[in-house]
Amino acid sequence: MTASDVSQEVVTQATGKIDAPVTESWRSRRRQRRAEAAAERLSKPAASTIAIVIAVLWSIPTLGLFVTSFRTVEDIQSSGWWTAITNPLFSQYNYQAALVDSGLASNFVNSFVITLPAVLIPITLALLAAYAFAWIPFRGRNTLFVAVFALQIVPIQVTLVPLLTLYVDAGVAGSFWTVWLSHSMFALPLAIFLLHNFMKDVPPSLVEAARMDGAGHVTIFFKVLFPLLVPAIAAFGVFQFLWVWNDLLVALTFASNDATPLTAAVADLAGTRGNAWYLLSAGAFITMVVPLVVFISLQRFFVRGLLAGSVKG
Amino acid sequence: MDWLLDAETTAHKLALMVLAIALFALVMGGILFAVDKPKRVPQWVVVLGFLGPPLLLLVLGLVYPAIGTLVNSFKNNDGSEFVGVDNYAAVFSNSELLIVLRNTVLWVVLVPLVATTFGMVYAYLVDRTRFENLAKALVFLPMAISGVAAGIIWQFVYEYRPEGQSQIGLLNQVLVWLGAEPRQFLLNAPQNTFFIIAVMIWINAGFAMTVLSASIKAIPDDVTEAARLDGVSGFGMFRYVTVPSIRPALVVVLTTVAISTLKVFDIVYTMTGGQFSTSVIANEFYSQTFRQFNQGLGAALAVLLFILVVPIIAYNVRQLRLSEEIR
Repeated sequence: MTASDVSQEVVTQATGKIDAPVTESWRSRRRQRRAEAAAERLSKPAASTIAIVIAVLWSIPTLGLFVTSFRTVEDIQSSGWWTAITNPLFSQYNYQAALVDSGLASNFVNSFVITLPAVLIPITLALLAAYAFAWIPFRGRNTLFVAVFALQIVPIQVTLVPLLTLYVDAGVAGSFWTVWLSHSMFALPLAIFLLHNFMKDVPPSLVEAARMDGAGHVTIFFKVLFPLLVPAIAAFGVFQFLWVWNDLLVALTFASNDATPLTAAVADLAGTRGNAWYLLSAGAFITMVVPLVVFISLQRFFVRGLLAGSVKG
Repeated sequence: MDWLLDAETTAHKLALMVLAIALFALVMGGILFAVDKPKRVPQWVVVLGFLGPPLLLLVLGLVYPAIGTLVNSFKNNDGSEFVGVDNYAAVFSNSELLIVLRNTVLWVVLVPLVATTFGMVYAYLVDRTRFENLAKALVFLPMAISGVAAGIIWQFVYEYRPEGQSQIGLLNQVLVWLGAEPRQFLLNAPQNTFFIIAVMIWINAGFAMTVLSASIKAIPDDVTEAARLDGVSGFGMFRYVTVPSIRPALVVVLTTVAISTLKVFDIVYTMTGGQFSTSVIANEFYSQTFRQFNQGLGAALAVLLFILVVPIIAYNVRQLRLSEEIR
């Protein structure tokens, strides 16, 4: 059996674990349950109504700013956004002003440039570390793993000043490199912990089988484990993406003017132009559009990551 | 060297990014290639290849700086001499910093409790209703929003115009509709802190709801069925069946929200900058360290943050252990 056969078997086994109960009796039970659920659904109109009203209330603040971001500067200052229903007058001027005049377009590029390596690098490093902790026996492994796990409790704040001094001494302060490096370092404890949890759930027999065939650790990692871990990697990837894209503290501390991401630039606008709602509303939505798209399209993975139990904040 | 450090044009930045990723891939690929000879390479070299780079980063980025900050917290504000526990004494005696501590306590008590309670009740309410997925998605959505954007969204909700002018902030408009006077929600202490806390609750309720909804759905049908046969229904079902069944998840949610609340910085920074007696430890750390250059005091605040996180996580881990033993 070659390594790729092994991985094939792993995939069928893993998916088999999920699909195994798909037998006739289970199907009919599911059908029955679905019918019951539908009946219950109809019998709970009050709960449905309350739930949907709360959900709408929850969205109104965002909706208000969204509507505002398309209104004209004069309208925003003279009437509430809710009057736009009866008196609609929309323009994209605010976005143009925010992107071009306030220069958020270049901050958008910075956010992108910061985020991609700051997601790829820690995931790769954490995968390797998680593999070592799960599948390479060595002395002191458990102690070391607990130590890495414990590092999750270190708040980022505790590290900032000495790290900044280090960067200044090395002559790299303010560049993208320091932002990438910092985000990668801060992400590692949680990433290693989460990926290790997923990795140790892979049946040991598969890894053993590959090892019998003479596969080295790198082959086992890429051919056997990696295909199985794609959902876990996606889960942490979404998590880390949102974390980095939405981060303010690391950006304010380490990124210089040319590397400032959207969050820091918009926070600066909020501080200096607190009443320029046409800029702030458009700016807020420019920071939100990418995470919202990622979040909505990959929500399933994100939820899985959350449920895997995290303590990062 | 300058080309690597100062990127001004978009093309330059993107090139730098590609270079960084390629460099990383090259280094890691090289290390892995070197250790992938199962017979000839001793075990410890393999371990070093897999664990070396991440451990190096952890020591450089977390362990070493944390020790540095601990040392700094016992030094004066330019770091030139040791002052013992003076910085910590200042945190607990300066009247402004006492307000910061009080606010932090308010945040850490209110946000987890309210967000978790709301999330739990909502998850129970919405379970198996029509539009369940849509309703949950809408409540969950704020999780994707940065603290900066959330701060701006709510600042606009709280926006104030003097009485007589037409209001542009929704909450003041509602007050006017109800016949009340518009208020300066974010300026008047101490209630302004509660209005900022509401933003954090708005974000975290969706997190609580999602996790708790999953564990409510995981309650075996026979358990609810048995309770129903015993005549339990409505609130009794929630109180005596649902809540005890999801207890472990409740602990995880409460502690996770408490920790992220302790470290929250961007919301306060965006909405008030910590002015008008709204600051919390994480924000005060930033302004003492990077605005007022009180390094010693800032370090003491950071260490305090660390000390406050420890018992919450210890409790969390203990509960996880307990629930695993039961299983």
